[in-house]
Amino acid sequence: MKTTWKDIPPVPTHQEFLDIVLSRTQRKLPTQIRAGFKISRIRAFYTRKVKFTQETFSEKFASILDSFPRLQDIHPFHKDLLNTLYDADHFKIALGQMSTAKHLVETISRDYVRLLKYAQSLYQCKQLKRAALGRMATLVKRLKDPLLYLDQVRQHLGRLPSIDPNTRTLLICGYPNVGKSSFLRSITRADVDVQPYAFTTKSLFVGHFDYKYLRFQAIDTPGILDHPLEEMNTIEMQSITAIAHLRSAIMYFMDLSEQCGYSVQAQIQLFRSIKPLFANKLVFLVVNKIDVARPEDLQPELQAELQSILKSGEVEMLQLSCNTQEGVQEVKNAACERLLAERVNQKLKAGTTSSGAIGGRLAEVMARIHVAQPMGGQALETFIPEAAKNKKKYDKEDPDRPKLAKDVEVENGGAGVFNVDLRADWMLKNPEWKYDKMPEIFEGKNVYDYVDPDIDAKLAALEEEEEKLEQEGFYDSDEDIEDDEEAEIMRKAELIREKQQLIRNEARMKKRLKNQAIIPRKFVKKPLSEMEDALDTLGVDTTDIAERARATAIRPRGRSMSRQATADADSMDVDTPKTDRQRLRSLSRPASRNPTVSRRDDGVQDEATRSKAERIAKLNQKRMNRMARQGEADRHTSASLTKHLVAGKRGIGKTNRR
Amino acid sequence: MRIEDCSFCGRPAYPSKGITFVRNDGKSFRFCRSKCNRNYKMKRNPRKLKWTKAYRRNAGKEMTVDSTLQFAARRNEPVRYDRDLAAKTLAAIKRVSEIRARRERVFYKKRMAGKRERELAAARKLVAENEHLLPRLRGSEKKRLAELAAERGEDVVVEEEEQMLLATRKNAVKAFGGEQRRVKVRVDGGVEEEIVRTIREEVDEEDDDEDVDMED
Repeated sequence: MKTTWKDIPPVPTHQEFLDIVLSRTQRKLPTQIRAGFKISRIRAFYTRKVKFTQETFSEKFASILDSFPRLQDIHPFHKDLLNTLYDADHFKIALGQMSTAKHLVETISRDYVRLLKYAQSLYQCKQLKRAALGRMATLVKRLKDPLLYLDQVRQHLGRLPSIDPNTRTLLICGYPNVGKSSFLRSITRADVDVQPYAFTTKSLFVGHFDYKYLRFQAIDTPGILDHPLEEMNTIEMQSITAIAHLRSAIMYFMDLSEQCGYSVQAQIQLFRSIKPLFANKLVFLVVNKIDVARPEDLQPELQAELQSILKSGEVEMLQLSCNTQEGVQEVKNAACERLLAERVNQKLKAGTTSSGAIGGRLAEVMARIHVAQPMGGQALETFIPEAAKNKKKYDKEDPDRPKLAKDVEVENGGAGVFNVDLRADWMLKNPEWKYDKMPEIFEGKNVYDYVDPDIDAKLAALEEEEEKLEQEGFYDSDEDIEDDEEAEIMRKAELIREKQQLIRNEARMKKRLKNQAIIPRKFVKKPLSEMEDALDTLGVDTTDIAERARATAIRPRGRSMSRQATADADSMDVDTPKTDRQRLRSLSRPASRNPTVSRRDDGVQDEATRSKAERIAKLNQKRMNRMARQGEADRHTSASLTKHLVAGKRGIGKTNRR
Repeated sequence: MRIEDCSFCGRPAYPSKGITFVRNDGKSFRFCRSKCNRNYKMKRNPRKLKWTKAYRRNAGKEMTVDSTLQFAARRNEPVRYDRDLAAKTLAAIKRVSEIRARRERVFYKKRMAGKRERELAAARKLVAENEHLLPRLRGSEKKRLAELAAERGEDVVVEEEEQMLLATRKNAVKAFGGEQRRVKVRVDGGVEEEIVRTIREEVDEEDDDEDVDMED
């Protein structure tokens, strides 16, 4: 069940309310409409406006109505508290007005939507919409007061302490100024205001504390004065509500020193008058300020009256002083203890049927509880050996004191020099072995891997196996005798392999011309020497071949090695003398370039052939010219790139701005 | 201190050598050298790399089933020191490794059984098919010999074989030092030393001997 209402959303004032709803309508709906539109569209536009506004209003009202607690649904304590604080009638009326307004807004909307169906023009529609919204706004304007009131209630409600009516509760009540708040302060961490005047506490305060790992809440109430219920003010009524409705241990605080300004007589009287509210509850009479006055110090008649309250047996008296903290914890513990017992008792009673059988949840719980006890009521005692009991206490001055490791250290040079001999305490079969050195690694093996107590047996087994194998001829070596013939074959094979490898290498070398033009094999020139060598290897006498080849060899073409100027007398004459220009050109022209020739004359034999070729060319061009086609000789301008589209830097924006 | 086995290749990783990697589940890996470490980091499977013990064991190239292999084991059970036991242990280490070496030799021999026959068969086939690739007496050499014979008036018969060897002289592999020492371990434990001379040296053998004689 809800005990706090901290999360109620703020209630807007009527002005804000209107602003919210109307601006929402404006924002969320289309705003463009023209007289030229189809009338059905115009109607739909305004109908939507009216409906949407109504929906927004309804939504807002509904959220307000939902967020506030409904008095009939909450715990009677909270209900009464709300009643005393905010006046239930007022509260209900305010919420009722909200509800009515919601209903009315819906009615208005319905009416105007119906009317809008018959509107004939944009203007009519608009006027109808205006009227609808105007009426809704008028309704909300009338809600000014209830909205304000609800917002205040919300603010106050949010600040109420969270009081759980069903948990373990200590309720502190009494006359003003008797030390109720001081007590709360001393048992919990609640920061309650404590002042030396009456009605410092004006509302309920809650503090929490733990007792036996259980969470308790302590409620500090405002002081109560002894007068009829009808005359009590709001502050006192809160206390009364708490006392009346909470299932708690009530701690009625009394001040016997009368420092609070009320006589003991009056305090006893108050107890008596509110006693009807304590029915079925634990009641403690707590005497505060015992550092000033104790019950024993009272006059006999007052004492007797005090005893008369306690006599009924239901009320227990406890004493404490918040000033000196005397008895505070005892009082708290006693109250908590009794409260726990009482609650368990009640639960048991509730779970037990009239016939005494335990049923329901209680049975489940009872079945699980089991407390183990030592068998036969035995008590186990600790065992202390005799030697430990008789041991003498170590004394530095005693000459017979036992020698400590520290003494040994001092004898041998003190700290930093002396090294503890760890081997001294080793327990070996033979103490002489203590300082033996054992290798960790032996012949490349980890010695520790071979340490095995039954190594003897294993080794013996191995030796036996070895002997057996030896007899079986496992180790007989049958060396193969190398045959001469076999050796010869192997040698030959080796030679062949080598040769093959050489051939392979050569082939690979050839393949290396990856990026070069491959010259067909028959055009590759090979020197004679290569052929000679190849034939020689094959056992052929190459003398004759070489001779014949040399004899039939053609003299190489190309320029003669001798120079033109110094040429011998029988050198050829040049038939046509060159002009000056030609001569000059032939000098300046690089030797690598051919002399220029006229293209007109090139490729034709004589004048006749040339004129024939020209005629044919002209004839072929004729048709092309007649059709005014573009020929290959026509001047052609290629499309140039537009400068502003291709030049310039680009910024950090997109790359396709051109 | 302990000689651990490399987690990757299985070689012994001696103290102060290699690197240890501790995975975040607590398992530690000792690598004998950076090669193993790098291969591990590359997530290579040692069973698929021919140079690791794991591969060799898996492929049946090493003796894996034998009683001598059961002597060394991490027992994780502390044994109190005993001088006699220690002495016995050291003796056992020696004996066990001796036996193991012997058995490994037998294992190798058995594994290699039939290899010679296979090689020989292959060689026979090769020679039969590629007789033409064998070096022959050069034409010029034949001519020279014939001339020589004419001069002296007698037949100079040169052993074909010898000539072939002469022919191969050109391509003979140059071995540094001229001779190779090959140590052969015999199954019965003996060590046999063999000096293999390269072909070239064999040809010049006679000359060498003469030199030695002269020096003496």
